Amino acid sequence: MSNACLRGTHFKLVVLRRISGLAGEGRERVCMRGRGIVENDTIAAISTPLGEGGIGIVRISGPDALKIASRLFRDPSGKRRRTLKPWGVRYGIVVDPETGEEIDEALASAMPAPHSFTREDVVEFSCHGGIGPLSRVLDAVLKCGARLAQPGEFTRRAFLSGRIDLAQAEAVIEIVRARTDSARRLALANLRGGLSAAVVSIRDDVVALLAQLEAVVDFPEDDVDEPDHDAITRRARETASKLRGLAARARCGRVYRDGVTVAIVGRPNVGKSSLLNALLGRSKAIVTDVPGTTRDAVEDWTNMHGVPVRLVDTAGLRETDDPVERLGVERTRERLDEADLAIVVIDGSEALSDGDVAVLRSAGTKRGVVALNKSDLPQRVAESDVAPHAAGMPVLRVSAKEGTGIESLEKIIAELAVGRVAGVSEGMVMASARQQEALERAAAALDEVARGVEGETPLDLAAIDIREALFWLDQITGRSASDDVLDRIFSEFCVGK
Amino acid sequence: MGEVAAEVRGHDADIIVVGGGHAGCEAALACARMGASVLLLTLGWDTVAAMPCNPSIGGPGKAQLVREIDALGGEMARNIDATYLQMRLLNTGKGPAVRSLRAQADKAAYGARMREVLRQERNLSVEVAHVEGVEVGPDGSARGVVTRERGAVRAAAVIIATGTYLGGRIYVGDRSWSSGPQGQPAAEELGRALAALGLRLARFKTGTSPRVRKDSVDVSKMQELRGEVLPFGFSFETRGTRADQELCWLTYTTPRTHEIIRANLGRAPLYTGAIIGRGPRYCPSVETKVVQFPARERHQVFLEPETKDGDVMYLGGLSTSLPADVQEEMVHSVPGLEDAEIVRPGYAIEYDCLVPTELLPSLETKKVPGLFAAGQINGTSGYEEAASQGLIAGINAVLKIRGKEPFVLERSEAYIGVLIDDLVTKGTCEPYRMMTSRAEYRLTLRQDNADLRLTEKGHGLGLVPEERYERFLARRRLVRDEIERLTGTVVPGDAETARRLAAIGTGPLQSETSLGDLLARPEVTYEKLAAIDPGRPVLPQDVVQVVEIELKYAGYIRKQRGQIERARRLESRLLPPQVDYWSIAGLSREAREKLSDIRPRSIGQAARISGVSPADIMALLAYVESGRHRGGDSELGV
Repeated sequence: MSNACLRGTHFKLVVLRRISGLAGEGRERVCMRGRGIVENDTIAAISTPLGEGGIGIVRISGPDALKIASRLFRDPSGKRRRTLKPWGVRYGIVVDPETGEEIDEALASAMPAPHSFTREDVVEFSCHGGIGPLSRVLDAVLKCGARLAQPGEFTRRAFLSGRIDLAQAEAVIEIVRARTDSARRLALANLRGGLSAAVVSIRDDVVALLAQLEAVVDFPEDDVDEPDHDAITRRARETASKLRGLAARARCGRVYRDGVTVAIVGRPNVGKSSLLNALLGRSKAIVTDVPGTTRDAVEDWTNMHGVPVRLVDTAGLRETDDPVERLGVERTRERLDEADLAIVVIDGSEALSDGDVAVLRSAGTKRGVVALNKSDLPQRVAESDVAPHAAGMPVLRVSAKEGTGIESLEKIIAELAVGRVAGVSEGMVMASARQQEALERAAAALDEVARGVEGETPLDLAAIDIREALFWLDQITGRSASDDVLDRIFSEFCVGK
Repeated sequence: MGEVAAEVRGHDADIIVVGGGHAGCEAALACARMGASVLLLTLGWDTVAAMPCNPSIGGPGKAQLVREIDALGGEMARNIDATYLQMRLLNTGKGPAVRSLRAQADKAAYGARMREVLRQERNLSVEVAHVEGVEVGPDGSARGVVTRERGAVRAAAVIIATGTYLGGRIYVGDRSWSSGPQGQPAAEELGRALAALGLRLARFKTGTSPRVRKDSVDVSKMQELRGEVLPFGFSFETRGTRADQELCWLTYTTPRTHEIIRANLGRAPLYTGAIIGRGPRYCPSVETKVVQFPARERHQVFLEPETKDGDVMYLGGLSTSLPADVQEEMVHSVPGLEDAEIVRPGYAIEYDCLVPTELLPSLETKKVPGLFAAGQINGTSGYEEAASQGLIAGINAVLKIRGKEPFVLERSEAYIGVLIDDLVTKGTCEPYRMMTSRAEYRLTLRQDNADLRLTEKGHGLGLVPEERYERFLARRRLVRDEIERLTGTVVPGDAETARRLAAIGTGPLQSETSLGDLLARPEVTYEKLAAIDPGRPVLPQDVVQVVEIELKYAGYIRKQRGQIERARRLESRLLPPQVDYWSIAGLSREAREKLSDIRPRSIGQAARISGVSPADIMALLAYVESGRHRGGDSELGV
């Protein structure tokens, strides 16, 4: 499902790029064949994750949703058609519309337009989970004339109907793509308007700033106070820093969605693989299945404090003349380069060797952690031996065999992943790469305002940068600026002869 | 008056212009100068080109409009340059984009000169007439008007420029009567006739201030406002302003004034509900100012002479429709006006105007081909806004009868483009006035470069005569050559240069630098740069001004060009004219209605329609895309 969902996202991103003029980087070609775009037909799909869940939902949306539902929903005796009441939940039986065969018992809820997620008529059948009954119910719905929804199509309809804004629509996609529960929670908060609300409030500040400049410019003969240049500079800087804070929160949020790659490196036989297994074994139950990821012994996804972590085991790093082994070492270096973080494994029960130091040095450009493994054995490496070579990496003792220290290791990895970005005191927000870029561009434009006004740039030019900031903020919430500014001028300043 | 020789047989003229205000004058002159025969119908010869409200032209946004009219070969700039009483350059400290000329006009001289220009124009005749209706041919297009005096008068196109005369009603306190602004009768029948053609009308309100006798005013208690000697005027052909200018004065309302107003709100038609029309927020009545900004202790009152030698002063800032006796009391509470004798009380005027979204960007009505509308009837306010539209409507009426494509200016080309695009795309819920903040690309749309932006186009249309065009080309050449010279002249980063730079108050150079880059330093001006630029040519002030701005703010100008390019991507995605918005999925009901009504030319224009959300724009993009890809192989449905 997730591959298909990715495509759904790309549809939006590509179109959004066209609107915003953001440069699209070689995304898939988009062809708008989808009938839903040019016709208003009725769509249906299983809208809960596939698996042996207790309950699964088949959702129908579109003008025929109620008609279709009434054709295959019977009262508990299975004989009479069961009518659906708006906003009511009814218990009944779903039958095959052609044979009359009973498929599953279900709760049906009807949500008439426009008060539904898509603003169309929507019916949801809550059936027994499991792919068997759910797909048979879906088949029955499709037989009655609904079309199988394309991935993300409910969201697209919600968006096109104005039910949710751009930021919210993207949040839905994030939810669908979320790998861990934390990521899902963040996306959900965003769907409820987390990012939009934060941006709208900052945008108001920017509009007020612009209105102040515009009022003196357009009403030079009126009694409007000249704006204080220092105050403008200060307000522009403050707002830019708010935006940067938001971008930082979003950056952290992205880690929860996209995850990080952690390379486990070390000399041969220091216990890298057993450490990998210890890290995976501990959390095997919540490993997410990621399509396209090879499930071989050398790498796998796990969840550390809500952060999806891709662990990559590597071949031992040492100088060697053996051509085969050298190939392995080169691959290790490449993997280390690609990784976001590194765990440098050192055998604590043996004296620190030149090989260990060499590994520490090659990992030195990465952020990461040094794990002194085999803490269950007598220790011959002191933390102070490692520290001079560790380039500030935290050092801790673990035993992959006994499982000691693994929890601390995970905590450190999660913290490093989230980056402990300065100033992130408030909750994180989920933002797409596009939204994050818009936040950063808006902040940069406001910096220009401050720089310009400090350098005695005329006010009308400073306004160009303020408008640029508004343009980028509007890319997140989707609004136009100029009318707001006029409204603001007239509500705040007494102007006009 | 020249002779009327209609291009089309059986017509009294090629084009009929109804109304002789600022829109009507520019429309008639444009048509005539493009070679069409024009009949201008007005209610009175003496009120042609009258200024019923404040006696001034220009100001932020408006000055740029006047310069653009001039660059396109219109008359307003030359007319005010010949008849101003005082000229000032506003916003000099606020940046190059918003510097704006403002003139006090001699109302009588202004009108008289314009009438003389009309009289001199070949192809143009003026007739006093009451127009009561529009003649529509069997094909539904306009083919003339019906006048009270002559019945049917035929033409191939009609331009309606009737200002505030449609259903005009004047309010002074609890008294109100049907009237146009100059005491002439309101045009009752014409409004009904337009409505009968299916054109939607809205009701707007505007107001004006009391006028007082000059002799009854004590200006010694007021602040004197002087004009400036400037090296240019409104027209690019004008070489500067004269030294002997008239004075204006500034005084302020007092707490007593505000008390009087508050005590009489029960008799203010704006607050009793008598006036239903929407008034402009940027030109509020003094009673509105007092009610909405109770904390303000005083409001400005400008005393502006209406004519050079006349006896009447206009009280700018005191627009009101309070009863005449209250106005008297109120005026007398203002320092310097204690004994002022009111010649004419202020009044509010309510009038019908066209809902401007009835118009195409050419200013032709969508419902009646060949019928154009310009000026205050389109929901605008201001002489400059009216004149701009008159010029464009005139141009397009001629192009129409010649079977040519309409002349439409982009928002990135001219304030006139912004004005008309705003009107026909967004409509307006109050009388529309131009302001610089309405133009998103105002650094590009300056008053100093209006000719560089537009004179080529005016010449192409036949509105700019050859000899003037030659002068324009010369000026453009000077500008270009000087920019090239300054960017190409490099000064060394040596001690001698550093010494000279220090003398003009700026720091030394790190390395070789062009004069153009030096000019970008905030503390360096073109004038100061002379110290290290001994070989510079002697150039006219107006050329220096453009050169200096273009180089000094090159970074911002580049930034703005980027913004224009960014927007152009949506502007260039055209929507088919016949598209059925009810058949496109994903559009909100409001968007369908608005889009069907306005029929935007491009997705860019659609995005500016209020009520059309980004989601609707997505759906439109998807629709346009699907049309483009239809028939192609598609592997990805989403």
